[in-house]
Amino acid sequence: MSATLEVKQLEVAYGGIKAIKKIDFHVNEGELVTLIGANGAGKSSTLRALSGLIKPVGGKVTYKGQDITGVPSHALVGLGIALCPEGRGVFKRLDVHENLLMGAFARNDKAQIMREVDEIYGMIPRLKERTKQLAGTLSGGEQQMLAIGRAMLAQPKLLMLDEPSMGLAPLMVEKIFEIIRLIAKRGTTILLIEQNAQLALEHASRGYVLESGEIKMTGEAKALLADPRVKEAYLGG
Amino acid sequence: MSIDVLLQQIVNGLVVGSVYALVALGYTMVYGILQLINFAHGEIVMIGALVALVVTKALTAAGIPPVLALLLAILAAMIVCAIVGVSIERIAYRPLRSAPRLAPLITAIGVSIFLQQVAILVFGRNYFTFPEIIPKSPINIGPITVTANEIVILITSVSLMAGLLWLVNKTKIGTAMRATAEDQKVAGLMGIDINKIIAITFAIGSGLGAVAGVMVASNYGQAHYYMGFMLGLKAFTAAVMGGIGNLWGAVAGGLILGLVENVGLIFVRGDYKDIFAFVVLVLVLIFRPQGLIGEKVAERA
Repeated sequence: MSATLEVKQLEVAYGGIKAIKKIDFHVNEGELVTLIGANGAGKSSTLRALSGLIKPVGGKVTYKGQDITGVPSHALVGLGIALCPEGRGVFKRLDVHENLLMGAFARNDKAQIMREVDEIYGMIPRLKERTKQLAGTLSGGEQQMLAIGRAMLAQPKLLMLDEPSMGLAPLMVEKIFEIIRLIAKRGTTILLIEQNAQLALEHASRGYVLESGEIKMTGEAKALLADPRVKEAYLGG
Repeated sequence: MSIDVLLQQIVNGLVVGSVYALVALGYTMVYGILQLINFAHGEIVMIGALVALVVTKALTAAGIPPVLALLLAILAAMIVCAIVGVSIERIAYRPLRSAPRLAPLITAIGVSIFLQQVAILVFGRNYFTFPEIIPKSPINIGPITVTANEIVILITSVSLMAGLLWLVNKTKIGTAMRATAEDQKVAGLMGIDINKIIAITFAIGSGLGAVAGVMVASNYGQAHYYMGFMLGLKAFTAAVMGGIGNLWGAVAGGLILGLVENVGLIFVRGDYKDIFAFVVLVLVLIFRPQGLIGEKVAERA
Protein backbone atom coordinates (compact mmCIF):
# COMPACT_ATOMS: atom_id res chain seq x y z
CA MET A 1 0.00 0.00 0.00
CA SER A 2 1.31 3.41 -0.84
CA ALA A 3 1.43 6.22 1.66
CA THR A 4 -1.17 9.00 1.57
CA LEU A 5 1.58 11.50 0.95
CA GLU A 6 5.00 10.59 -0.29
CA VAL A 7 7.74 13.13 -0.88
CA LYS A 8 10.87 12.05 -2.69
CA GLN A 9 14.03 14.06 -3.23
CA LEU A 10 12.12 17.32 -3.01
CA GLU A 11 14.17 20.37 -3.88
CA VAL A 12 13.06 23.98 -3.55
CA ALA A 13 15.13 26.98 -4.51
CA TYR A 14 14.59 30.70 -4.48
CA GLY A 15 16.63 32.16 -7.33
CA GLY A 16 19.53 29.75 -7.05
CA ILE A 17 19.53 29.58 -3.26
CA LYS A 18 18.46 26.12 -2.17
CA ALA A 19 15.92 26.23 0.63
CA ILE A 20 15.14 22.50 0.55
CA LYS A 21 17.83 20.00 -0.36
CA LYS A 22 16.44 16.69 -1.59
CA ILE A 23 14.29 15.67 1.32
CA ASP A 24 12.27 12.46 1.68
CA PHE A 25 9.34 11.89 3.96
CA HIS A 26 5.93 10.31 3.93
CA VAL A 27 2.64 10.36 5.76
CA ASN A 28 0.56 7.19 6.04
CA GLU A 29 -3.21 7.13 6.06
CA GLY A 30 -4.69 8.23 9.38
CA GLU A 31 -1.37 9.39 10.74
CA LEU A 32 -0.56 12.72 12.34
CA VAL A 33 2.97 13.44 11.24
CA THR A 34 4.86 16.53 12.23
CA LEU A 35 7.66 18.37 10.53
CA ILE A 36 9.52 20.40 13.12
CA GLY A 37 12.42 22.76 12.83
CA ALA A 38 13.65 26.20 13.70
CA ASN A 39 12.80 29.39 11.88
CA GLY A 40 14.21 29.28 8.37
CA ALA A 41 14.80 25.54 8.41
CA GLY A 42 12.61 25.20 5.32
CA LYS A 43 9.33 24.06 6.84
CA SER A 44 7.16 26.56 5.07
CA SER A 45 9.04 26.17 1.79
CA THR A 46 8.31 22.47 1.94
CA LEU A 47 4.64 23.09 2.51
CA ARG A 48 4.45 25.73 -0.19
CA ALA A 49 5.93 23.26 -2.65
CA LEU A 50 3.51 20.52 -1.58
CA SER A 51 0.51 22.79 -1.94
CA GLY A 52 1.34 24.11 -5.37
CA LEU A 53 2.10 27.65 -4.26
CA ILE A 54 5.63 27.35 -5.62
CA LYS A 55 7.07 24.91 -8.12
CA PRO A 56 9.80 22.66 -6.77
CA VAL A 57 13.02 22.53 -8.82
CA GLY A 58 13.34 18.82 -8.31
CA GLY A 59 11.83 15.75 -6.75
CA LYS A 60 8.44 14.15 -6.77
CA VAL A 61 5.35 14.41 -4.62
CA THR A 62 2.74 11.68 -4.79
CA TYR A 63 -0.64 11.61 -3.13
CA LYS A 64 -2.26 8.18 -2.94
CA GLY A 65 0.04 7.04 -5.70
CA GLN A 66 -0.82 9.97 -7.96
CA ASP A 67 1.89 12.40 -9.02
CA ILE A 68 0.93 15.85 -7.76
CA THR A 69 4.27 17.61 -8.21
CA GLY A 70 3.63 21.19 -9.24
CA VAL A 71 -0.16 20.82 -9.48
CA PRO A 72 -1.68 24.30 -8.87
CA SER A 73 -3.20 24.81 -5.45
CA HIS A 74 -6.79 25.19 -6.63
CA ALA A 75 -6.66 21.75 -8.27
CA LEU A 76 -5.44 20.01 -5.09
CA VAL A 77 -8.62 20.73 -3.18
CA GLY A 78 -10.60 18.47 -5.48
CA LEU A 79 -8.19 15.64 -4.78
CA GLY A 80 -8.81 15.90 -1.06
CA ILE A 81 -5.85 17.98 0.07
CA ALA A 82 -6.38 21.11 2.14
CA LEU A 83 -3.79 23.52 3.42
CA CYS A 84 -4.28 25.75 6.38
CA PRO A 85 -1.74 28.45 5.53
CA GLU A 86 0.84 30.10 7.72
CA GLY A 87 -0.43 33.29 9.30
CA ARG A 88 -3.94 31.81 9.09
CA GLY A 89 -4.95 33.60 5.89
CA VAL A 90 -8.58 34.08 6.76
CA PHE A 91 -10.46 36.48 4.51
CA LYS A 92 -10.60 39.46 6.85
CA ARG A 93 -13.32 41.28 4.93
CA LEU A 94 -15.59 38.23 4.79
CA ASP A 95 -17.61 37.20 7.79
CA VAL A 96 -17.00 33.99 9.67
CA HIS A 97 -19.76 32.11 7.90
CA GLU A 98 -18.60 33.22 4.45
CA ASN A 99 -15.06 32.17 5.29
CA LEU A 100 -16.29 28.69 6.17
CA LEU A 101 -18.31 28.48 2.97
CA MET A 102 -15.25 29.41 0.93
CA GLY A 103 -13.60 26.32 2.37
CA ALA A 104 -16.31 24.31 0.63
CA PHE A 105 -15.99 26.26 -2.63
CA ALA A 106 -15.14 23.22 -4.73
CA ARG A 107 -18.20 21.31 -3.48
CA ASN A 108 -21.80 21.47 -4.61
CA ASP A 109 -23.66 19.39 -2.01
CA LYS A 110 -25.25 22.33 -0.26
CA ALA A 111 -27.24 20.44 2.35
CA GLN A 112 -24.25 18.39 3.42
CA ILE A 113 -22.07 21.52 3.54
CA MET A 114 -24.56 23.15 5.89
CA ARG A 115 -24.54 20.07 8.11
CA GLU A 116 -20.76 20.21 8.24
CA VAL A 117 -20.75 23.94 8.97
CA ASP A 118 -22.97 23.14 11.95
CA GLU A 119 -20.57 20.39 12.96
CA ILE A 120 -17.70 22.88 12.89
CA TYR A 121 -19.76 25.26 15.00
CA GLY A 122 -20.37 22.41 17.41
CA MET A 123 -16.69 21.62 17.57
CA ILE A 124 -15.64 25.29 17.83
CA PRO A 125 -18.45 27.14 19.64
CA ARG A 126 -16.50 30.42 19.51
CA LEU A 127 -17.12 30.59 15.80
CA LYS A 128 -20.81 30.05 16.19
CA GLU A 129 -21.05 33.08 18.46
CA ARG A 130 -19.39 35.15 15.74
CA THR A 131 -20.94 33.89 12.48
CA LYS A 132 -21.82 37.35 11.15
CA GLN A 133 -18.66 39.03 12.36
CA LEU A 134 -15.95 40.01 9.88
CA ALA A 135 -13.03 37.64 10.26
CA GLY A 136 -10.67 40.60 10.56
CA THR A 137 -12.25 41.50 13.88
CA LEU A 138 -11.51 38.10 15.45
CA SER A 139 -8.57 37.52 17.75
CA GLY A 140 -5.56 35.66 16.37
CA GLY A 141 -6.62 32.43 18.04
CA GLU A 142 -10.14 32.70 16.73
CA GLN A 143 -8.78 33.35 13.26
CA GLN A 144 -6.68 30.20 13.52
CA MET A 145 -9.73 28.21 14.60
CA LEU A 146 -11.62 29.65 11.66
CA ALA A 147 -8.79 28.77 9.26
CA ILE A 148 -8.80 25.17 10.48
CA GLY A 149 -12.58 24.94 10.32
CA ARG A 150 -12.52 26.37 6.83
CA ALA A 151 -9.91 23.84 5.71
CA MET A 152 -12.08 21.03 7.13
CA LEU A 153 -14.98 22.08 4.96
CA ALA A 154 -13.02 21.00 1.92
CA GLN A 155 -13.53 17.46 3.31
CA PRO A 156 -9.81 16.82 3.12
CA LYS A 157 -8.36 13.35 3.29
CA LEU A 158 -5.08 15.07 3.96
CA LEU A 159 -4.92 18.24 6.02
CA MET A 160 -1.72 20.23 6.05
CA LEU A 161 -1.33 22.74 8.86
CA ASP A 162 1.34 25.42 8.67
CA GLU A 163 2.41 26.72 12.10
CA PRO A 164 -1.01 26.77 13.72
CA SER A 165 0.45 27.91 17.04
CA MET A 166 2.31 30.88 15.64
CA GLY A 167 1.87 34.09 17.59
CA LEU A 168 -0.78 32.72 19.92
CA ALA A 169 -1.00 32.79 23.69
CA PRO A 170 -0.29 29.43 25.38
CA LEU A 171 -3.89 28.97 26.44
CA MET A 172 -5.08 29.49 22.88
CA VAL A 173 -2.40 27.15 21.55
CA GLU A 174 -3.78 24.43 23.82
CA LYS A 175 -7.23 24.98 22.38
CA ILE A 176 -5.97 24.85 18.81
CA PHE A 177 -4.20 21.58 19.48
CA GLU A 178 -7.31 20.18 21.08
CA ILE A 179 -9.11 20.87 17.81
CA ILE A 180 -6.30 19.28 15.81
CA ARG A 181 -6.50 16.19 18.02
CA LEU A 182 -10.26 15.97 17.43
CA ILE A 183 -9.73 16.15 13.68
CA ALA A 184 -7.05 13.48 13.79
CA LYS A 185 -9.32 11.25 15.85
CA ARG A 186 -11.95 11.44 13.14
CA GLY A 187 -9.50 9.80 10.79
CA THR A 188 -8.17 12.74 8.79
CA THR A 189 -4.53 12.34 7.85
CA ILE A 190 -2.57 15.34 9.07
CA LEU A 191 0.78 16.85 8.21
CA LEU A 192 1.62 19.36 10.90
CA ILE A 193 4.37 21.90 10.43
CA GLU A 194 5.37 23.37 13.75
CA GLN A 195 8.00 25.43 15.44
CA ASN A 196 6.63 24.46 18.83
CA ALA A 197 8.36 21.06 18.79
CA GLN A 198 7.21 20.01 22.23
CA LEU A 199 3.52 20.36 21.50
CA ALA A 200 3.80 18.99 18.01
CA LEU A 201 5.61 15.85 19.11
CA GLU A 202 3.22 15.33 22.00
CA HIS A 203 0.35 15.12 19.54
CA ALA A 204 1.97 13.42 16.57
CA SER A 205 2.67 9.75 15.97
CA ARG A 206 5.83 10.37 13.99
CA GLY A 207 8.07 13.33 13.38
CA TYR A 208 10.75 14.68 11.10
CA VAL A 209 13.33 17.23 12.15
CA LEU A 210 14.19 19.72 9.44
CA GLU A 211 17.41 21.72 9.65
CA SER A 212 18.85 24.02 6.98
CA GLY A 213 16.72 22.39 4.32
CA GLU A 214 17.61 18.81 5.20
CA ILE A 215 15.95 16.15 7.30
CA LYS A 216 18.29 15.53 10.18
CA MET A 217 16.26 13.09 12.25
CA THR A 218 13.13 11.06 12.06
CA GLY A 219 11.27 8.56 14.15
CA GLU A 220 8.41 7.93 16.52
CA ALA A 221 7.27 11.17 18.11
CA LYS A 222 7.84 9.75 21.60
CA ALA A 223 11.37 8.72 20.76
CA LEU A 224 12.13 12.15 19.31
CA LEU A 225 10.72 13.80 22.42
CA ALA A 226 13.13 11.78 24.51
CA ASP A 227 16.10 12.23 22.20
CA PRO A 228 18.74 14.40 23.87
CA ARG A 229 19.69 16.10 20.60
CA VAL A 230 16.10 17.12 19.93
CA LYS A 231 15.74 18.17 23.53
CA GLU A 232 18.73 20.39 23.37
CA ALA A 233 17.99 22.00 20.03
CA TYR A 234 14.21 22.36 20.11
CA LEU A 235 12.82 21.69 23.52
CA GLY A 236 14.89 24.15 25.47
CA GLY A 237 17.28 21.57 26.98
CA MET B 1 -32.31 80.53 -9.15
CA SER B 2 -35.72 79.04 -8.87
CA ILE B 3 -36.35 75.85 -6.98
CA ASP B 4 -37.90 74.36 -10.11
CA VAL B 5 -34.67 74.69 -12.04
CA LEU B 6 -32.79 73.09 -9.18
CA LEU B 7 -35.21 70.16 -9.04
CA GLN B 8 -34.95 69.71 -12.78
CA GLN B 9 -31.16 69.64 -12.64
CA ILE B 10 -31.24 67.14 -9.78
CA VAL B 11 -33.34 64.81 -11.89
CA ASN B 12 -31.05 65.25 -14.89
CA GLY B 13 -28.09 64.69 -12.59
CA LEU B 14 -29.49 61.43 -11.27
CA VAL B 15 -30.06 60.12 -14.80
CA VAL B 16 -26.55 60.94 -15.97
CA GLY B 17 -25.11 59.95 -12.61
CA SER B 18 -26.64 56.50 -12.74
CA VAL B 19 -24.86 55.93 -16.06
CA TYR B 20 -21.57 57.16 -14.56
CA ALA B 21 -22.17 54.78 -11.68
CA LEU B 22 -22.61 51.79 -14.00
CA VAL B 23 -19.35 52.57 -15.74
CA ALA B 24 -17.60 53.35 -12.46
CA LEU B 25 -18.57 49.88 -11.20
CA GLY B 26 -16.52 48.38 -14.03
CA TYR B 27 -13.45 50.35 -12.96
CA THR B 28 -13.88 49.61 -9.32
CA MET B 29 -14.52 45.85 -9.73
CA VAL B 30 -11.34 45.37 -11.72
CA TYR B 31 -9.39 47.58 -9.35
CA GLY B 32 -10.73 45.67 -6.36
CA ILE B 33 -9.49 42.38 -7.70
CA LEU B 34 -6.29 43.33 -9.58
CA GLN B 35 -5.37 46.80 -8.23
CA LEU B 36 -5.36 47.82 -11.87
CA ILE B 37 -6.96 50.93 -13.36
CA ASN B 38 -8.41 49.50 -16.55
CA PHE B 39 -8.25 52.64 -18.66
CA ALA B 40 -9.65 50.70 -21.60
CA HIS B 41 -13.00 50.45 -19.83
CA GLY B 42 -14.27 53.66 -21.43
CA GLU B 43 -13.60 52.12 -24.82
CA ILE B 44 -15.63 49.06 -23.84
CA VAL B 45 -18.54 51.42 -23.23
CA MET B 46 -18.00 52.95 -26.68
CA ILE B 47 -17.88 49.53 -28.34
CA GLY B 48 -21.11 48.62 -26.55
CA ALA B 49 -22.83 51.71 -27.94
CA LEU B 50 -21.61 51.16 -31.50
CA VAL B 51 -22.41 47.45 -31.57
CA ALA B 52 -25.89 48.16 -30.24
CA LEU B 53 -26.33 50.87 -32.85
CA VAL B 54 -25.36 48.63 -35.75
CA VAL B 55 -27.46 45.72 -34.51
CA THR B 56 -30.49 47.92 -33.84
CA LYS B 57 -30.32 49.39 -37.32
CA ALA B 58 -29.90 45.99 -38.95
CA LEU B 59 -32.75 44.42 -37.01
CA THR B 60 -35.20 47.27 -37.51
CA ALA B 61 -34.34 47.25 -41.22
CA ALA B 62 -35.20 43.54 -41.19
CA GLY B 63 -38.63 44.42 -39.89
CA ILE B 64 -38.23 43.48 -36.26
CA PRO B 65 -40.20 45.75 -33.90
CA PRO B 66 -37.91 48.55 -32.63
CA VAL B 67 -38.17 47.81 -28.89
CA LEU B 68 -37.38 44.14 -29.43
CA ALA B 69 -34.58 45.13 -31.78
CA LEU B 70 -33.13 47.40 -29.09
CA LEU B 71 -33.31 44.66 -26.46
CA LEU B 72 -31.57 42.19 -28.75
CA ALA B 73 -29.01 44.86 -29.62
CA ILE B 74 -28.25 45.47 -25.94
CA LEU B 75 -27.84 41.74 -25.44
CA ALA B 76 -25.48 41.55 -28.41
CA ALA B 77 -23.52 44.54 -27.12
CA MET B 78 -23.17 42.93 -23.69
CA ILE B 79 -21.89 39.70 -25.19
CA VAL B 80 -19.42 41.44 -27.50
CA CYS B 81 -18.16 43.66 -24.69
CA ALA B 82 -17.83 40.75 -22.28
CA ILE B 83 -15.74 38.91 -24.86
CA VAL B 84 -13.61 41.98 -25.54
CA GLY B 85 -13.15 42.61 -21.81
CA VAL B 86 -12.15 39.04 -21.06
CA SER B 87 -9.79 38.99 -24.05
CA ILE B 88 -8.09 42.20 -22.95
CA GLU B 89 -7.44 40.67 -19.56
CA ARG B 90 -6.19 37.43 -21.03
CA ILE B 91 -3.94 38.97 -23.69
CA ALA B 92 -2.79 42.27 -22.25
CA TYR B 93 -3.06 42.19 -18.46
CA ARG B 94 -2.53 38.61 -17.34
CA PRO B 95 1.06 38.35 -18.59
CA LEU B 96 1.82 41.46 -16.54
CA ARG B 97 0.16 40.33 -13.35
CA SER B 98 3.37 40.15 -11.37
CA ALA B 99 5.02 43.09 -13.16
CA PRO B 100 5.50 46.47 -11.45
CA ARG B 101 2.20 48.30 -11.33
CA LEU B 102 3.21 50.96 -13.83
CA ALA B 103 3.49 48.37 -16.63
CA PRO B 104 -0.17 47.24 -16.66
CA LEU B 105 -1.28 50.86 -16.23
CA ILE B 106 0.59 51.95 -19.37
CA THR B 107 -0.66 48.82 -21.13
CA ALA B 108 -4.21 49.81 -20.23
CA ILE B 109 -3.71 53.19 -21.89
CA GLY B 110 -2.28 51.37 -24.91
CA VAL B 111 -5.25 49.02 -25.06
CA SER B 112 -7.55 52.02 -24.88
CA ILE B 113 -5.91 53.65 -27.90
CA PHE B 114 -5.87 50.31 -29.70
CA LEU B 115 -9.60 49.82 -29.19
CA GLN B 116 -10.34 53.32 -30.48
CA GLN B 117 -8.39 52.56 -33.64
CA VAL B 118 -10.17 49.24 -34.06
CA ALA B 119 -13.48 51.06 -33.68
CA ILE B 120 -12.45 53.49 -36.43
CA LEU B 121 -11.57 50.56 -38.68
CA VAL B 122 -14.80 48.71 -38.01
CA PHE B 123 -17.32 51.53 -37.67
CA GLY B 124 -15.58 54.56 -39.17
CA ARG B 125 -14.96 58.06 -37.82
CA ASN B 126 -18.51 59.27 -38.28
CA TYR B 127 -20.82 60.54 -35.62
CA PHE B 128 -23.76 58.18 -35.86
CA THR B 129 -27.30 59.09 -34.95
CA PHE B 130 -28.68 56.68 -32.42
CA PRO B 131 -32.32 55.93 -33.31
CA GLU B 132 -34.96 57.19 -30.91
CA ILE B 133 -36.71 54.01 -29.89
CA ILE B 134 -37.91 54.86 -26.43
CA PRO B 135 -39.66 58.20 -26.86
CA LYS B 136 -37.88 61.35 -25.80
CA SER B 137 -40.93 63.55 -25.87
CA PRO B 138 -41.14 65.48 -22.61
CA ILE B 139 -43.41 64.29 -19.84
CA ASN B 140 -44.26 66.86 -17.19
CA ILE B 141 -44.37 65.73 -13.59
CA GLY B 142 -45.20 68.88 -11.62
CA PRO B 143 -42.44 71.36 -12.35
CA ILE B 144 -40.07 68.69 -13.68
CA THR B 145 -39.73 67.49 -17.24
CA VAL B 146 -38.48 63.99 -17.96
CA THR B 147 -38.55 61.69 -20.95
CA ALA B 148 -39.57 58.05 -21.05
CA ASN B 149 -36.03 57.34 -22.22
CA GLU B 150 -34.60 58.91 -19.05
CA ILE B 151 -36.97 56.97 -16.84
CA VAL B 152 -35.95 53.72 -18.52
CA ILE B 153 -32.27 54.61 -18.07
CA LEU B 154 -32.75 55.31 -14.39
CA ILE B 155 -34.75 52.16 -13.70
CA THR B 156 -32.39 49.95 -15.70
CA SER B 157 -29.28 51.29 -13.97
CA VAL B 158 -30.76 50.97 -10.53
CA SER B 159 -31.84 47.37 -11.22
CA LEU B 160 -28.46 46.45 -12.67
CA MET B 161 -26.63 47.96 -9.72
CA ALA B 162 -28.92 46.20 -7.26
CA GLY B 163 -28.35 42.96 -9.15
CA LEU B 164 -24.60 43.38 -9.03
CA LEU B 165 -24.56 44.19 -5.32
CA TRP B 166 -26.71 41.14 -4.69
CA LEU B 167 -24.41 38.94 -6.79
CA VAL B 168 -21.26 40.14 -5.08
CA ASN B 169 -22.59 40.09 -1.53
CA LYS B 170 -24.99 37.18 -1.48
CA THR B 171 -23.90 34.50 -3.92
CA LYS B 172 -21.16 31.92 -3.84
CA ILE B 173 -19.45 33.33 -6.92
CA GLY B 174 -19.64 36.84 -5.44
CA THR B 175 -18.13 35.68 -2.17
CA ALA B 176 -15.36 34.04 -4.19
CA MET B 177 -14.81 37.35 -5.99
CA ARG B 178 -14.44 39.15 -2.69
CA ALA B 179 -12.16 36.41 -1.38
CA THR B 180 -10.00 36.63 -4.51
CA ALA B 181 -9.87 40.41 -4.22
CA GLU B 182 -8.57 40.07 -0.71
CA ASP B 183 -6.00 37.30 -1.10
CA GLN B 184 -5.48 35.47 -4.38
CA LYS B 185 -3.10 32.93 -2.90
CA VAL B 186 -5.44 31.80 -0.16
CA ALA B 187 -8.40 31.90 -2.55
CA GLY B 188 -6.47 29.40 -4.68
CA LEU B 189 -6.04 27.16 -1.65
CA MET B 190 -9.81 27.09 -1.28
CA GLY B 191 -10.07 25.58 -4.74
CA ILE B 192 -11.08 28.87 -6.33
CA ASP B 193 -9.66 29.20 -9.84
CA ILE B 194 -8.64 32.84 -9.59
CA ASN B 195 -8.13 33.23 -13.34
CA LYS B 196 -11.74 32.24 -13.82
CA ILE B 197 -12.91 34.68 -11.16
CA ILE B 198 -10.89 37.48 -12.74
CA ALA B 199 -12.35 36.63 -16.15
CA ILE B 200 -15.87 36.69 -14.69
CA THR B 201 -15.14 40.07 -13.13
CA PHE B 202 -14.06 41.49 -16.47
CA ALA B 203 -17.08 39.95 -18.20
CA ILE B 204 -19.55 41.45 -15.72
CA GLY B 205 -17.88 44.87 -15.66
CA SER B 206 -17.79 44.97 -19.46
CA GLY B 207 -21.39 43.82 -19.75
CA LEU B 208 -22.50 46.66 -17.48
CA GLY B 209 -20.32 49.02 -19.51
CA ALA B 210 -22.08 47.91 -22.68
CA VAL B 211 -25.48 48.77 -21.24
CA ALA B 212 -24.14 52.13 -20.07
CA GLY B 213 -22.87 52.77 -23.60
CA VAL B 214 -26.32 52.18 -25.05
CA MET B 215 -27.81 54.50 -22.42
CA VAL B 216 -25.45 57.32 -23.22
CA ALA B 217 -25.93 56.89 -26.97
CA SER B 218 -29.72 56.86 -26.66
CA ASN B 219 -29.75 59.77 -24.24
CA TYR B 220 -27.64 62.06 -26.42
CA GLY B 221 -28.90 60.51 -29.64
CA GLN B 222 -25.45 59.79 -30.99
CA ALA B 223 -22.53 57.40 -30.86
CA HIS B 224 -18.94 57.72 -32.10
CA TYR B 225 -15.54 56.12 -31.66
CA TYR B 226 -14.36 58.78 -29.22
CA MET B 227 -17.35 58.79 -26.86
CA GLY B 228 -15.70 56.43 -24.38
CA PHE B 229 -12.83 58.74 -23.57
CA MET B 230 -14.51 61.50 -21.60
CA LEU B 231 -17.14 59.18 -20.20
CA GLY B 232 -14.43 56.80 -19.03
CA LEU B 233 -12.48 59.58 -17.35
CA LYS B 234 -15.59 60.81 -15.58
CA ALA B 235 -16.58 57.36 -14.42
CA PHE B 236 -13.03 56.83 -13.22
CA THR B 237 -13.34 60.09 -11.29
CA ALA B 238 -16.59 58.82 -9.82
CA ALA B 239 -14.93 55.57 -8.76
CA VAL B 240 -12.04 57.44 -7.12
CA MET B 241 -14.42 59.84 -5.46
CA GLY B 242 -16.42 57.00 -3.94
CA GLY B 243 -13.30 55.07 -2.92
CA ILE B 244 -11.91 52.86 -5.63
CA GLY B 245 -12.39 49.15 -5.01
CA ASN B 246 -15.66 49.75 -3.19
CA LEU B 247 -18.89 48.98 -5.07
CA TRP B 248 -21.11 51.26 -2.98
CA GLY B 249 -18.48 53.94 -3.44
CA ALA B 250 -18.75 53.68 -7.22
CA VAL B 251 -22.53 53.99 -7.03
CA ALA B 252 -22.35 56.98 -4.68
CA GLY B 253 -19.51 58.58 -6.65
CA GLY B 254 -21.38 58.26 -9.94
CA LEU B 255 -24.56 59.77 -8.60
CA ILE B 256 -22.76 62.60 -6.83
CA LEU B 257 -20.74 63.42 -9.92
CA GLY B 258 -23.87 63.50 -12.05
CA LEU B 259 -25.55 65.81 -9.55
CA VAL B 260 -22.56 68.14 -9.19
CA GLU B 261 -22.26 68.47 -12.96
CA ASN B 262 -25.90 69.17 -13.60
CA VAL B 263 -26.56 71.41 -10.62
CA GLY B 264 -23.34 73.22 -11.53
CA LEU B 265 -24.81 73.93 -14.93
CA ILE B 266 -27.20 76.37 -13.28
CA PHE B 267 -24.22 78.62 -12.61
CA VAL B 268 -21.98 78.24 -15.64
CA ARG B 269 -22.33 77.84 -19.37
CA GLY B 270 -22.83 74.37 -20.80
CA ASP B 271 -19.41 74.28 -22.46
CA TYR B 272 -17.78 74.27 -19.02
CA LYS B 273 -19.72 71.27 -17.82
CA ASP B 274 -16.78 68.89 -18.02
CA ILE B 275 -14.75 71.04 -15.66
CA PHE B 276 -16.74 69.91 -12.65
CA ALA B 277 -15.69 66.28 -12.86
CA PHE B 278 -12.05 67.17 -12.75
CA VAL B 279 -12.33 69.85 -10.11
CA VAL B 280 -14.04 67.19 -8.01
CA LEU B 281 -11.27 64.69 -8.80
CA VAL B 282 -8.56 67.13 -7.74
CA LEU B 283 -10.40 68.06 -4.55
CA VAL B 284 -10.97 64.42 -3.62
CA LEU B 285 -7.35 63.53 -4.28
CA ILE B 286 -6.20 66.41 -2.09
CA PHE B 287 -8.60 66.10 0.80
CA ARG B 288 -9.80 62.52 0.86
CA PRO B 289 -7.61 60.32 -1.33
CA GLN B 290 -9.18 57.13 0.00
CA GLY B 291 -12.55 58.31 -1.33
CA LEU B 292 -15.83 59.13 0.37
CA ILE B 293 -16.42 55.54 1.43
CA GLY B 294 -12.94 54.53 2.46
CA GLU B 295 -12.27 50.80 2.21
CA LYS B 296 -13.45 49.16 5.38
CA VAL B 297 -10.50 47.09 6.39
CA ALA B 298 -10.60 45.52 9.78
CA GLU B 299 -7.29 44.17 10.90
CA ARG B 300 -6.28 42.75 14.20
CA ALA B 301 -3.77 40.29 15.57
